[in-house]
Amino acid sequence: MLTQMTYREAVRAALRQALRSDPRVFLMGEDVGRYGGAFAVSHGLLAEFGPERIRDTPLSESVFVGAGIGAALGGARPIVEIMTVNFSMLAMDQILNNAATLRHMSGGQFNVPLVVRVATGGGRQMAAQHSHSLEGWYAHIPGIQVLTPATVADAYGMLLAALREPDPVFIFEHATLYPLEGEVDETAEPVEIRRAAVRRSGSDVTLVTYGGTLGKTMQAADLLAQDGIEADVIDLRTLRPLDRSTILDSISKTHRAVLVDEAWRTGSFAAEISAQIMENAFDDLDAPVARVCSAEVPMPYAKHLETAALPKVEEIVSAAQELISRHG
Amino acid sequence: MATTSISERTTVDREHGLFLLREMLRIRRFEEKAAEMYSLQKIHGFLHLYIGEEATGVGTMQAFRPEDAIVATYREHGHALARGLPSTVLMAEMFGKATGCSHGHGGSMHFFDVSRRFYGGYAIVGGGLPIAVGLALADKLQNKQRVTACYFGDGAVAEGEFHESLNLAALWKLPVLFLCENNLYAMGTALVRHQAQTDIALKAASYGLASQAVDGMDVLAVEAAAKQAADAVRNGNGPVLLELRTYRFRAHSMSDPDLYRSKEEIEEWKKRDPISLFESRLREWRLLTEVDGTRLEREVAAEIDEAVRFAEASPFEPVEELLKDVSGPLKC
Amino acid sequence: MAEFLMPQLGADMTAGKLLRWRKNIGDRILRGDIIADVETDKADIEIEVFTSGVIERFLVQPGEKVPVGTLLAIIQEDGKPAVAEPGHIPLVAPGLPQPVTPTLLPPVIAARPPLMERRPGRQRISPAARTLAANLGIDPGSLAGTGPEGRVTLEDVQRAEQANAAKPMPELVLDRQARMRQVIAAAMARSKREIPHYYLSTTIDMSRAMTWLTQENLKRSVEDRLVYGVLLLKAVALALHEVPELNSVWIDGKATQNSDVHVGVAVSLRGGGLVAPALHHTDRLSPGELMKNFRDLIQRARAGSLRSSELSDPTVTVTSLGEQGVETVFGIIYPPQVALVGFGRVVERPWSVAGQIVSRPVIVATLSADHRVSDGHRGGLFLAAVDRKLQEPESL
Repeated sequence: MLTQMTYREAVRAALRQALRSDPRVFLMGEDVGRYGGAFAVSHGLLAEFGPERIRDTPLSESVFVGAGIGAALGGARPIVEIMTVNFSMLAMDQILNNAATLRHMSGGQFNVPLVVRVATGGGRQMAAQHSHSLEGWYAHIPGIQVLTPATVADAYGMLLAALREPDPVFIFEHATLYPLEGEVDETAEPVEIRRAAVRRSGSDVTLVTYGGTLGKTMQAADLLAQDGIEADVIDLRTLRPLDRSTILDSISKTHRAVLVDEAWRTGSFAAEISAQIMENAFDDLDAPVARVCSAEVPMPYAKHLETAALPKVEEIVSAAQELISRHG
Repeated sequence: MATTSISERTTVDREHGLFLLREMLRIRRFEEKAAEMYSLQKIHGFLHLYIGEEATGVGTMQAFRPEDAIVATYREHGHALARGLPSTVLMAEMFGKATGCSHGHGGSMHFFDVSRRFYGGYAIVGGGLPIAVGLALADKLQNKQRVTACYFGDGAVAEGEFHESLNLAALWKLPVLFLCENNLYAMGTALVRHQAQTDIALKAASYGLASQAVDGMDVLAVEAAAKQAADAVRNGNGPVLLELRTYRFRAHSMSDPDLYRSKEEIEEWKKRDPISLFESRLREWRLLTEVDGTRLEREVAAEIDEAVRFAEASPFEPVEELLKDVSGPLKC
Repeated sequence: MAEFLMPQLGADMTAGKLLRWRKNIGDRILRGDIIADVETDKADIEIEVFTSGVIERFLVQPGEKVPVGTLLAIIQEDGKPAVAEPGHIPLVAPGLPQPVTPTLLPPVIAARPPLMERRPGRQRISPAARTLAANLGIDPGSLAGTGPEGRVTLEDVQRAEQANAAKPMPELVLDRQARMRQVIAAAMARSKREIPHYYLSTTIDMSRAMTWLTQENLKRSVEDRLVYGVLLLKAVALALHEVPELNSVWIDGKATQNSDVHVGVAVSLRGGGLVAPALHHTDRLSPGELMKNFRDLIQRARAGSLRSSELSDPTVTVTSLGEQGVETVFGIIYPPQVALVGFGRVVERPWSVAGQIVSRPVIVATLSADHRVSDGHRGGLFLAAVDRKLQEPESL
């Protein structure tokens, strides 16, 4: 049964469902309770579930992420909300040195069933310290999983799926997606989190993206279609583990790929995907893999500068066109 | 915040006295053997010895029950031994063998034992405090009357995580017993050089925790203080911090040339060697005989030799299993 | 007897310098005693001994720097400690394995998981190779790849290009010759099968040509001397202007005239085999130029270093077997050409001039031609033209 709702409401619905069905689940983070959540995701949950299960924390990212790890070790199922990826740096030690390592470092004796939700991305003129896209940094770390739901249905489904995982899961919610409208089937089967989704089919070029740039990529695909260029659009959904097969299947058909990633170009996750495509589909490529990423600049405040720095629909279109014209 | 000292203790019964002495001696000989093994290149990387601090680990461990949780630091051999992890698997872990308590994945700094709720073993100073807070949080949420023991040094007091952790534990009234083993040095930097306020128990009090400073060289004083504090924590009174004033007789680690302390200072503290102090007390109270002493040494020596033999004979994990345990099934 | 080794005193220590021994040979020492001072990169360290006993021997002298693990001293150890008393429970972990054997560190080869999935895809060909193949007009599908998993590499394409241009490696000569035989066999068989040949011959008085040649060669240095063959080639080339349909190619059921005349010269190769590379623009070159090119062509043909264009461009072929002593040659046309001109030996024969019998050097010129493209009338005109040209050697 499908219900129309926003991405924000979908996350809230998933939280509610999790809190209702499993008493071990609790939410903790800054302003998740009384404030209703910095992005209004947890609005109303404090009233429904009480302060034991919806816990406002001090501005202490390190201790509340670490406590999430400890609570998970101790048998709870915490959902930690780090307000934005920009503040997650303060908890990086706990994430890298504890969450990701405890299982292996202990010789397999422990697992850390922790879910961490993090808002991410730029495009709202929040300036240099509030506009980062650091999902790629997290995707670098063995021992954790990195999810990037880009649709309303995934915002709901992937959170519930993450709560079933025995190892830490980081869910990145691009802040511009919160008002996005879509459909959710709350009775649906749990979603598979380790597979990418093909959002559009075509056989001339493969466009790969995740999270907040899916919208721009779909727009670019529509524009390309007007020129007779039909694109496959792949929404990665999860960065780690990466569903390489879906990407390679598409490239074996199109022979051309454009990767769209809001992170800075150097060392972006798109660079990793490009390397994997080169390694595994070398003979299928008719053209080098192209990347459309953010410009190498701290995110400026002024609107026109911010827009210039972020990936643009026109850039995606011309990157795809160039692949086709240059290489026949 | 009175310092409890041995003069307030009257006596202890023979069995318990010998037990405490033996526990401290096991640690001392284990650490000496570890140093020897390191110099013979059986143990590699970092090795941080607990020599001189035995009374704090042994004394405090008496306050904890099997269902409690222990979070320690990289200077954890004493805590692990006192908690009951066998010296064999600890030595094997340091030798990097598959039979080690962490299957050879952790080494000296990362001992783990799920059956004894021994949660490591952290190389990042202050890194274990938030974990301890979380374990206590889980207990509170699940209404389990258990204590989480959180050991750390004076160096950790400088890290943000110390402050965040004490604050949150006090705010949410979590059952953590914070145990600061103040050996006066954060590696090469003396406490007076890294803290404007050197009274650690006072710092804790400023966050709303009940706190006390204890003579860390007096195993009976430590034990008494720890039992009292643990009971308070277990009964839901919120977190407590004990500042255990102690000293390490060896350098920070095997790599440390120990240039920042004077020989005189070390010799001065060695006069308060917790093992010698306790031995003479036990003799004074006629609880320890010459025969006892010799027997203890012999038994401990045999145990340690056995640990080395076990470690030597144990296999290494096959390299094909390199990627095992990065992710996997539910355990907790 | 116990060995005392240079200890590892820090994670990054590799060697230490013994500064001084604190004890003497014969001294009784207890475990934990300081036995020496050692200098490391970080500081001077007092090193302790781990056994009790009597010092028997020093093996390293003060001032010596030795690696960690070096034997420094021998100690006569005290008697072994007494066995554990009954009632002492030794701490033995379950599954205690065999007696102590030295354990080797495992080899430092990480078992890496398959990072890469080799997928069945299109033909494996590197982008560089594909580009080159496209530029050369080579169908990559016809190439066998020598790269990993049969990938066609740049080298494979380059090799194919050379093979097309008959640029064999010297060590491939034998194979090449066998292949060439096959190629010739196939071509000749096909020619005979498909082309309706007709044959014409005429005898040409070469006296004027030979006289001109002799005089011409007096003006030239030895290296530049002309052979009569170039006069024949030039005559043929010019004659083709008069009967241009003999300069055609027959492809897909129709003849297409070539505007250029590139006479293919049949050259026999040492060891057998035949090749007929083109002298480009034979009609435009002077005899001197023709000679130079002709000489070069023969040399390269014999050396196996002809250019692909020389093999693909002949518009008509001339074969001359004069040297072999043959008087008349009726050759087989090389498809897609439509004519082949043959010359025999220059011989002195009785010739009738103005009713008188004289001796003249003569040569038999023949034409094998494709009857689909020309008929005997036209062929005859051609041979007559060749004859005429050779009577005016100065205009060749």
